[in-house]
Amino acid sequence: MSTHTISVLVEDRPGVLTRVAGLFAARGYNIDSLAVGPTEEEGLSRMTIVVDVAAKSLEQVTKQLNKLINVIKILEHEESSAVERELALVKVRAEGDGRARIMEICDVFRVRVLDVTQRTMTIEAIGTPDKVQALLSLLEDYGVVEMSRTGRIALARGDRGIRERVMRPVGSRKASGGEDLPDWTGGGV
Amino acid sequence: MKVTGAQALFKALEMEGVDTVFGIPGGAILPAYDPLIESSIRHVLCRHEQGAGHAAEGYAWATGKVGVCIATSGPGGCNLVTALADAKMDSVPVVAITGQVPTPAVGNDAFQEADMTGLTMPVTKHNMLVTRPEDVAEAIREAFHIASTGRPGPVLIDLPKDVQVNQTTWKWPEQVDLPGYKPTTKGNARQIREAVKLLMKARKPVLYVGGGVIKAEASKELMQLATASNAPVVTTLMARGAFPDSHELCLGMPGMHGNYTAVMSLQKADLIVSLGARFDDRVTGQVSSFAPHAKIVHLDIDPAEIGKVRTADVPIVGDAKDVIGRMAHELQTKLDEGGTLADRLPWLAELHKWQTDEPLRYDQQIDGPIKPQYAIEQLYRASGSETVVVSGVGQHQMWASQFWGFEHPRTWINSGGLGTMGFAVPAALGAAAGVPDKRVIAIDGDGCFQMTAQELATATTEKIPFITAIINNAYLGMVRQWQELFYGQRYSQVYLSYDVPDYVKLAEAYGAIGLRAERPEEVEAVIDKAISIDDRPVVIDFRVDQEENCFPMIPAGSPNDEIITGPEKLKPVEDPSEAPIA
Repeated sequence: MSTHTISVLVEDRPGVLTRVAGLFAARGYNIDSLAVGPTEEEGLSRMTIVVDVAAKSLEQVTKQLNKLINVIKILEHEESSAVERELALVKVRAEGDGRARIMEICDVFRVRVLDVTQRTMTIEAIGTPDKVQALLSLLEDYGVVEMSRTGRIALARGDRGIRERVMRPVGSRKASGGEDLPDWTGGGV
Repeated sequence: MKVTGAQALFKALEMEGVDTVFGIPGGAILPAYDPLIESSIRHVLCRHEQGAGHAAEGYAWATGKVGVCIATSGPGGCNLVTALADAKMDSVPVVAITGQVPTPAVGNDAFQEADMTGLTMPVTKHNMLVTRPEDVAEAIREAFHIASTGRPGPVLIDLPKDVQVNQTTWKWPEQVDLPGYKPTTKGNARQIREAVKLLMKARKPVLYVGGGVIKAEASKELMQLATASNAPVVTTLMARGAFPDSHELCLGMPGMHGNYTAVMSLQKADLIVSLGARFDDRVTGQVSSFAPHAKIVHLDIDPAEIGKVRTADVPIVGDAKDVIGRMAHELQTKLDEGGTLADRLPWLAELHKWQTDEPLRYDQQIDGPIKPQYAIEQLYRASGSETVVVSGVGQHQMWASQFWGFEHPRTWINSGGLGTMGFAVPAALGAAAGVPDKRVIAIDGDGCFQMTAQELATATTEKIPFITAIINNAYLGMVRQWQELFYGQRYSQVYLSYDVPDYVKLAEAYGAIGLRAERPEEVEAVIDKAISIDDRPVVIDFRVDQEENCFPMIPAGSPNDEIITGPEKLKPVEDPSEAPIA
């Protein structure tokens, strides 16, 4: 098993999230995180899904996702070729000596404090998933009251947008001696 | 022109060329049933929505057109679910239209409300809840396009009652605009050349033909490819009739109850050219030991099928008619240019020896009970290969597939993937409505028959005659067979009774002709009588040997090499913990 980040461009219609989530559930795959929001194009939404599966299973997932009528395009991100960010809001106990040490941690991580009470501080943690995870594990020692995370979002590096990318099905082989395998991610069968 | 949503529905169905629909009215679909009266479309009033769903499937299988079924909200729609799941598994083009409670009531637990799009999401290719009358025509257009193109499948349209009642301006969309739906139909030229190269080089090739060849209407192209390459053909349960059984290159059906030669041809092949088949577990058995020496060419219109079970050496995504036609052409061109095929004669001789040594067999004693295989063979002899044969699921289905001689596509209709008992009678109804000039025979089990026999009433009242041959062994036969072979003959809840119901009286109560054969010598006369009747449904109660098992058999999950060709080869499993789990 390994973690994969995929971007899924979908039509913004009722029930599309259910179709996508249902497909993962029906095939027994766990979604680590799922973020969804509007895109630069009206009528389209973009989902960023982090899923923990073997590469072969991921291939099956993406092929099945492609069969959904409302799914327009899928792209799997490789870590080196994508920028990824996550936002976490963390309410942490901040009493006595702890308060100063938490401020110090926030300084080092260059994150902001959004709200302060006598007993707690609420911190806005933005960064790569690794950075957010590192910050959270430090804050855990002080006692996390509650937390809300957006899940990961990602864009591929470089000039091109998701719609301009020709993508082979994840994990599939190239045609022997050739490049011109059909662009299966046109979607749907 | 102003129309109601309901009028738009039937205008749209007429625009799609629909001639027959199967359904049952109810509260939330009432407005749609009013303009039906003026419509040119024939509505077949079924007795249960599941029957309407399977009838739509049978119609689609027999005609190649989209089958349409209509039901009301809540329980009506819920009763369609089995048929939709069946159509999804077997890639049958079906459009289902359900009434829904009025839009303001949706989500309020209204009377006869069920979330139809939610319920059917996993068992449809696509579904839509239409919320405005102006969207009805477009929804129908899209539904037919999605159901019938690419890999076919069921599409459900949920129409709230107010959407059916409210008015809109009629407008038929000239095109469909589905940015996320563009099936790849044209196969990649380089892959096709690569596949042909492998096929010419192979010493032991097999063309492994699945239901996709029938759906793509590619039988002619398949014949060209098989004869040009002199390669033997196996036809799966979904593909019976795609290639004529009488052809010398035809090996028949592979799989769990396939014949020895078809099964072993795949096991020993050095090349399998899979054409619209999906390496189903009933064909492969234990995947790790399936066809261990074979390279794989895998053609499918659905990319998700390629590499799902078995890695393909040459994957081809495309429409079977296009790709097989181009493969045949490419191969013929190569031969005309002086190319040669590898020597196939030893392979064909080996296959022929297996066919001689290990034929399908059964033993009909003159003074013994009727063997089910005998009844089916006699039916075939009397009726011939122009007949459309429909089956349910179980032993009778396997025997029908084994002992009928299929010569033409769309003459075999069954529930393959989902294995839906009760499929045969309503599917035969749909097929008979779709191809009224052909004889339709449902070969059914006694267990299956009792699940949907009510559609005989539909057949009688709507004057849609067909023959139902019940292979009555008084048991849920296939389950009984597994209990005998794998559960130490501990029979649990499988006995049904020969006499309850009395199938002859039941047939008569439904306005059909009821016939019965209890002895082998009665079989022929009963069949002759049945096929002489063409103005009403006929039911034949074949009282057959209740002990007869279906062979060959490969226990689920076992290597195909362990095929058991007859009862004398059995090693009974005494410990139920050793029973196959797949």
